Amino acid sequence: MVKWNRSVCLSLVCLAALLLASCTPAAAPQATAPTAAARAEAKVGEAFAIGVLVASTGGAAALGEPERDAARLVQSQLEAQGGIIGAAGLRHPIKVVIYDTGSTADTAITLAKKLINDDKVVAIVGGTTSPESLALVPIVQEAKIPFISAASSSQIVEPVADRFWVFKTAQNNRHTAPQQVEYAKAKGLTKIANLYVNNSYGEDGRNAIRDATKAAGVEIVIEETFEAADTNMMAQLTKVKASSAQAVLVTAIPPAAAILTKQYRELGLKIPLIQNHGIGMKSFITQAGPENAEGVLFPMGKLVAAQALPDNDPQKAVLLNFIKEYEAFTKNPTSTFAGHVWDGMQLTLKALEKMPTGLKLEEQRAKIRDSIENTKAFPGTGGIFNLSAQDHVGLSANDIVLVKIADGNWVYMPREKW
Amino acid sequence: MSKHWPPRRQTSRVLETLEVLRQNQTNQAFRVLETLKVLRKVSRNALAFLTFALVVGTLPLWLHSPYLLSTAIFIGIFTIVTLGLCLLMGYAGQVSLGHAAFWGIGAYTSAILTVKLGVSPWLAMIIGVAVTSGVAYLIAIPIFRLREHYLAMATLGLGIIVTLAFGEFRELTGGPSGLPGVPRLTVGSFIFDGDVEYYYLVWGVVLLLIGLSLNIVNSRVGRALRALHASEAAAASIGVDASRLKLQVLVLSAAYASVAGSLYVHYMQFVSPHAFDFGVSVRLVVMAAVGGLASVWGAPFGAAAVMLVTVLLREALPLVIPNASGEHITIFYGLVLILIMIFMPEGLTRGVIESFRRNARS
Amino acid sequence: MPNYDLSNYLQFILSGLSTGSIYVLVALGVVTIYSVTGIVNLAQGEYCMLGAMLAVTFIRWGLPLGLAAAAAIIGVTAIGVLIERLTVQPARSASSITLIMITVGVSIVVRGVALLAWGTAPFSLPAFTKGPPLDVLGAAVSLQRLWILGTAVVTLLLLYFLLERTLLGKAVRACAINRQAAGLMGIAASQMSALVFALSAALGAVGGIVIAPLMLASYDMGLMLGLKGFVAAVIGGLTSLPGAVIGGLLLGVIESLGAGLISSGFKDAIAFLVLLLVIFARSGRFPNRLGRRPARAGELAGRGARPTETRP
Repeated sequence: MVKWNRSVCLSLVCLAALLLASCTPAAAPQATAPTAAARAEAKVGEAFAIGVLVASTGGAAALGEPERDAARLVQSQLEAQGGIIGAAGLRHPIKVVIYDTGSTADTAITLAKKLINDDKVVAIVGGTTSPESLALVPIVQEAKIPFISAASSSQIVEPVADRFWVFKTAQNNRHTAPQQVEYAKAKGLTKIANLYVNNSYGEDGRNAIRDATKAAGVEIVIEETFEAADTNMMAQLTKVKASSAQAVLVTAIPPAAAILTKQYRELGLKIPLIQNHGIGMKSFITQAGPENAEGVLFPMGKLVAAQALPDNDPQKAVLLNFIKEYEAFTKNPTSTFAGHVWDGMQLTLKALEKMPTGLKLEEQRAKIRDSIENTKAFPGTGGIFNLSAQDHVGLSANDIVLVKIADGNWVYMPREKW
Repeated sequence: MSKHWPPRRQTSRVLETLEVLRQNQTNQAFRVLETLKVLRKVSRNALAFLTFALVVGTLPLWLHSPYLLSTAIFIGIFTIVTLGLCLLMGYAGQVSLGHAAFWGIGAYTSAILTVKLGVSPWLAMIIGVAVTSGVAYLIAIPIFRLREHYLAMATLGLGIIVTLAFGEFRELTGGPSGLPGVPRLTVGSFIFDGDVEYYYLVWGVVLLLIGLSLNIVNSRVGRALRALHASEAAAASIGVDASRLKLQVLVLSAAYASVAGSLYVHYMQFVSPHAFDFGVSVRLVVMAAVGGLASVWGAPFGAAAVMLVTVLLREALPLVIPNASGEHITIFYGLVLILIMIFMPEGLTRGVIESFRRNARS
Repeated sequence: MPNYDLSNYLQFILSGLSTGSIYVLVALGVVTIYSVTGIVNLAQGEYCMLGAMLAVTFIRWGLPLGLAAAAAIIGVTAIGVLIERLTVQPARSASSITLIMITVGVSIVVRGVALLAWGTAPFSLPAFTKGPPLDVLGAAVSLQRLWILGTAVVTLLLLYFLLERTLLGKAVRACAINRQAAGLMGIAASQMSALVFALSAALGAVGGIVIAPLMLASYDMGLMLGLKGFVAAVIGGLTSLPGAVIGGLLLGVIESLGAGLISSGFKDAIAFLVLLLVIFARSGRFPNRLGRRPARAGELAGRGARPTETRP
């Protein structure tokens, strides 16, 4: 039975105080001011809802949290603007419905049904991890609603014939891996170590590197893996040190990637460390420590090198804008994952702007899907999107640049500088 | 004696007599009294069962939200696994912190056989049960030598090893990304692809297994189990074969979990290792503990309670805390769990019954 | 597999020992709580996380490292006592499964609050002393790892001193041996309970702070740490402090060697396989046939089992 005494009651009071202090919701951020006065004067049309499914708790929270923040950024911007201007010149309020899947596929499925049937969204963006996105594929195919995934596995959009309703904004490792391999080859390093994090993201990267090395005639002398939550890669790195590898190619995201980099330097490995776009966030440098991150190379969507791009680059304005708004909104540095969801939502909003009014929900969803599939030359954070019926990702290797970390900063490395 | 037999006031004298008569099992009077007692218990259980079946059967008729229906399907699947766990932990007294592994073995067997080898889903399910039971049989022998926390640790270790194996044997299991494309269950030309059909399928199996479990628990085997749980040496002294009983319960609970696994993959049409990791095993134990370990009814109520808490919090929290999101839901879920364990340590089923009894008495 | 030389083997062992020291610190906390209260504290790893995160926060507020660490340890100790008063005290007569469930609930809540307060991004702590790693016969040992080993040793000495030489410590040991008898001698069980929770929380916090520079502090670092520390404690017998030390070091080294010599993908699996082997070995028997051995009194129930659970 419960035994209450003074100390217990006192502790309850302390706990209540603690919880109240930490449970305050994230500060309601200031959205950017509405751009055109015309928006306020347009007549109001029907409201639309966009669904967002991200893993803001659970094992994938490190990816899902920035994704959710990006969705919230878009949400606050839409609220400030009063929505979008549709094809008929009407102003349509947009509601962004965000649910947390807890990094589990079965929760993702039930929440998707909620979005589809109860919230009546016109499109779903998110699916933080590949298992979640893959589990959602049969649901969205059956419900005939467009789904733009932020996860990495290529199986999400292939085979395209069975993925009529499914799109993806995350760069394929297929595009970044060749850059990693090409750099090694250009430097005359023909024996490499292939390190990857032991989940679908890492696997995808490992396979992409295997394919790229085969094509480039470079040899993989050792492959090692580590868990995403691992804090000790000394054993794997010792094996690499003892092998004949001349460069180390890594597919991982922080914190594992940062810890690996620290231990890499601790062991005194001098061979080049070439990571991948998973470390495309400034916090990687702080986590690994600037002196450890010095000299690390990695390919990236142009988000990271926005400052260094020439002014006529169509992505530059988009990127700088996104970085500025995201960092003001969340007080956190940007991340590629936030960019994926942002891109997905912008694609949906653009499709909504083109959609004729007076359609039923099923027709709306079909129209939006068609619009997304035919998007051309759309500058997003991940690159310039050119989608088609055969390509539901729409990014290409042109959107990838190589970056080097020097003096705690990113330095754009065009091919001439390799 | 164990708390499972609280003597009713009006029949306590009869039951005292029963204890005395128990020594002499060939006594005629004993037999008559026991039959009466069993009949009364059977009719009580039968009534509960029928009510439950009625509620469950009519649910889809008034529940029009696919979201909640889908949640109900998952509750059913979790119930099946938890049922086996309740039998194992509550009646046989064996802690299992790795039970999700059995669930996963059944799920992966079904998935691999149907996707890679094109085997019929029903046959795959049966093979899954066989494989999982086989694994349970193999580990039972060394495991049951262990006591208490060593047993818990061993099950924990085994569970984690199995989950890691799911992720490592990539050619077979699809690795960490999982295995998509699992087909639906079919009977003749009827495909179980709608939520309503699947709901009835899953809950039909649940009712079947609850009936089976109630039968076991109220039979001689069940009494032997309870004796075993209370005191192994005393049970051995009246001729209960401890090792064999524990083995049988473990294999049975593994079989239940395997069936649940097959139903799971044919609903999701996808399987990945993350769905069966240590956190899921803990969640299963939470469901069993919250529902009530030593009660067959604890399984459906525990599974429903745990899943519905999250559903309710998702609806209610944003009204109280603006901008509430997953973190708040997680925190409150943990708080609810702690509170239930403090105030109703016997689990919800017994806790609710007890509070009714207390109100009835006062 | 590459060709290894002595320096590689030494590297495996040394880095295994430093990881092992972390497991030792967690295992000590688990053993302390279990032997006195009979509770298996599955939330032990969260104390490490809280210690590290609080230290990071205090440093951001401008405190120097030493002060921040001390403040963090005190803070986590207070939280440990708070948890004990709120969740364990009201349920102290419940069964062990119920208590385990409560600790599970506590770990969920603590992780959720940490996620809310600090977000998912990992934080780094500066190394305690700056400088390049030492070279030991070709193996590299960073200075922070020496700090970890050193902290573990100092903590053990302090714990030994506390338990063997002070009256309070003797009271704790008395409670661990037989709670009822200790109660008869005037040692209040509930005060002891609070004390061991405070002690374990402090141990956990120390562990978290000392590994944060090496392994980054994040809201979910407690999960795996708690589990591995628990495994180490069980290897050592769950009621023995020296056992916890041996268990932790052994686990760290075996993990490292397993990853190095067998396969990195199965690193965790190897650790748990070893756990299973040790459990079966300790139970003194290996499986033969579906036998008829009756349970023998007292074995494996653990010295210091709660007096309410009698065994035949």
